[in-house]
Amino acid sequence: MTTELLSPVNLKPIAGGEPLGPVAHPVPVTRIRPSHGWRAVRLAEFWRYRELLYFLTLRDIKLRYKQTALGVAWAVIQPLFTMAVFAIFFGKLGGLPSDGKPYALFVLVGLLPWQLFAYALTQSSNSLVNEQRLITKVYFPRLIVPVASVFSGLVDFLVTFGLVFVGMAFFGVKPTWTAVAVPALVVFAVLAALAVGLWLSALNVRYRDVRYTIPFLTQFWMFVTPVAYPARMVPEAYRPLLGLNPMTGVVEGFRWALLGTDAPDWGMMAVSAAVVVGLLAGGLFYFRRMERTFADVV
Amino acid sequence: MSDVAIQVERLGKQYRLGGPRAGYPTLREQIRTWTSPRRLLRRPARTANRPPFWALKDVSFEVRRGEVVGIIGRNGAGKSTLLKILSQITEPTTGGADIHGRVGSLLEVGTGFHPELTGRENVYLNGAILGMRRVEIARRFDEIIAFAEVEQFVDTPVKHYSSGMYTRLAFAVAAHLDPEILIVDEVLAVGDVQFQRKCLGRMGEAARSGRTVLLVSHNMMAISQLCHRAFWIDQGTLKATGPARDVVNQYSAAFARVAEGDLTGAVGQGDGRVLPLDYRVTNCRGEPIPLPVTNEDVLVHVRLRVREPIRQPVYGLEVQNEQGVRMLCVNTAELGAELPPLGAGEREVRVRFKQVPYLPGVYRASFWVMNPQGHIYMMTHADALVFEIGQSRLYGTRDVDHRWGCVYTGVEVDCDDLAPRTVSMPEQSSQVAVHDRG
Repeated sequence: MTTELLSPVNLKPIAGGEPLGPVAHPVPVTRIRPSHGWRAVRLAEFWRYRELLYFLTLRDIKLRYKQTALGVAWAVIQPLFTMAVFAIFFGKLGGLPSDGKPYALFVLVGLLPWQLFAYALTQSSNSLVNEQRLITKVYFPRLIVPVASVFSGLVDFLVTFGLVFVGMAFFGVKPTWTAVAVPALVVFAVLAALAVGLWLSALNVRYRDVRYTIPFLTQFWMFVTPVAYPARMVPEAYRPLLGLNPMTGVVEGFRWALLGTDAPDWGMMAVSAAVVVGLLAGGLFYFRRMERTFADVV
Repeated sequence: MSDVAIQVERLGKQYRLGGPRAGYPTLREQIRTWTSPRRLLRRPARTANRPPFWALKDVSFEVRRGEVVGIIGRNGAGKSTLLKILSQITEPTTGGADIHGRVGSLLEVGTGFHPELTGRENVYLNGAILGMRRVEIARRFDEIIAFAEVEQFVDTPVKHYSSGMYTRLAFAVAAHLDPEILIVDEVLAVGDVQFQRKCLGRMGEAARSGRTVLLVSHNMMAISQLCHRAFWIDQGTLKATGPARDVVNQYSAAFARVAEGDLTGAVGQGDGRVLPLDYRVTNCRGEPIPLPVTNEDVLVHVRLRVREPIRQPVYGLEVQNEQGVRMLCVNTAELGAELPPLGAGEREVRVRFKQVPYLPGVYRASFWVMNPQGHIYMMTHADALVFEIGQSRLYGTRDVDHRWGCVYTGVEVDCDDLAPRTVSMPEQSSQVAVHDRG
């Protein structure tokens, strides 16, 4: 199915307020044909629907804490409690190292990108199934749906970010110029979540098993990501392997940017970037391939 | 070419039997087929042994710019599938379609409405979903709110709206969509009678303003009044095309002499507590009759499957004639009848027409079950129950049929041999009016 603009054609005048006479605007032609195999990812069309993306994101943000007594405070409570539990069990009882920083702050900064990633991943994976009604009744590029749910996670991120600043002030850690790397790391985390989310959301349409795998996946993924421990605890020989998990670089990068720990291994970062680009590109094409049957199968 | 708005060429859509929804495999099944040696031979057995089902087959037509075309057909005939393909929601299996112009499609009103959001937020969200630009929605916002008559509640979450307000707001957004080609699926069947009339008016306006409209409806009056042409789709193929009135008449005639029918799948709205099974028409003793005639007692039996007992059931019936004119709309609460609770299981409800006053012709009816507060448990489509009233020569010597009117009823005529009197009516009435104001 393609929509393209043809050269201007004279239209029959439309009464009812519209200007009469030859209409100069081009008539969009929609060609509807069965498609086969892999299809191009149409980013131009995606861009045309950006307002829908905006409104869907806005809706998710507004609905996130509707009818909760604590409202957006939940965005503070969740990381705060996770931090406390980690600090007690891993920091105090387990005695895990924390790159010379206070363990609680060390974990909190690690949780900041992690929770953004986990939330975005969970939401986007379930997004298509949750929007069944929309998908079976209206046409729009389906890609909007998982992307909107990834974006909606950014609000929680900003709130948690405020919490991190409070924590830094509390422990007397001053931010350095490296903090400018944070936006780039956020983009990286969001793209990583989207890359995996695209695959899972499309799979979820056909196999609802995905829905039940996601909680395990995120839990498992958190432990292989150095959120509660520093990456250098892993033997040197296995470090490049860590790069296969793109969140390793993001979490380590956040600590470097905000707490001034050692810079992450750039070789590892390169591996992570390659993994994200590969997953994202594959995800986009897989999503496009599956897209045509969404309305029939969901 | 600039004259053609929609061109459809040999369009076909195939589904796997068992329903596309019911039939998706779980991951385990899929993995089993991946690991099974059969995969090495050919495709998985799951798809192979199911006969394909063509929801649409070889449908070709052309709609010219500015034409209003109605699509009619029984449930499951393929009407919605056609609209879904033209709206790009689903892909055709074969053939294709070219659409010249901006398309707006309304397969449902209020798609994407969220109960927690306010009226204002929902208007913007729904507008964006329907493909309206933000500035466009902002420009027409007041108009939309006024059309829906919800001015005071713009910033109230729609979950607090009455169902009527909710529907009106949903339709109002849709009604302000301004595409060159409008694709509409049975959205007229919402809201109260007054609002339905408003919606019909709006559709008429759209039609007269030179817009191309493709409209699916079970409302034969809407089709014959609004549409220039009509397509009758039956079992996935185009059975008839032509001037709307002709096709509507053909369609109606095809269901003549039907004294019973299946109702599964004819649910128009409801919460699923009651499902219709079938209906039949008999004489007052419950004996099957091929053709009831005017002035005879008729019994309509509707079989229902009741899933949850209903304490105070209220039954309603609406009858339309072939032209879609409403002949009767009545419910048992209005009639003051209190009926026993409806227990779970299969039940039969009988509606007795005493001396059915309709002149010969085909009639369509919808039947519903609701509670005294008006909550609808189940309502069939407007044309779900079809029955014919046959010729009778009971009255007079010549055949009377529906061309001569709608109903038959006794009339007494009196005649007096009086000279005409002159009455100064205007003065009198103006006096009364002045008096009233004081």
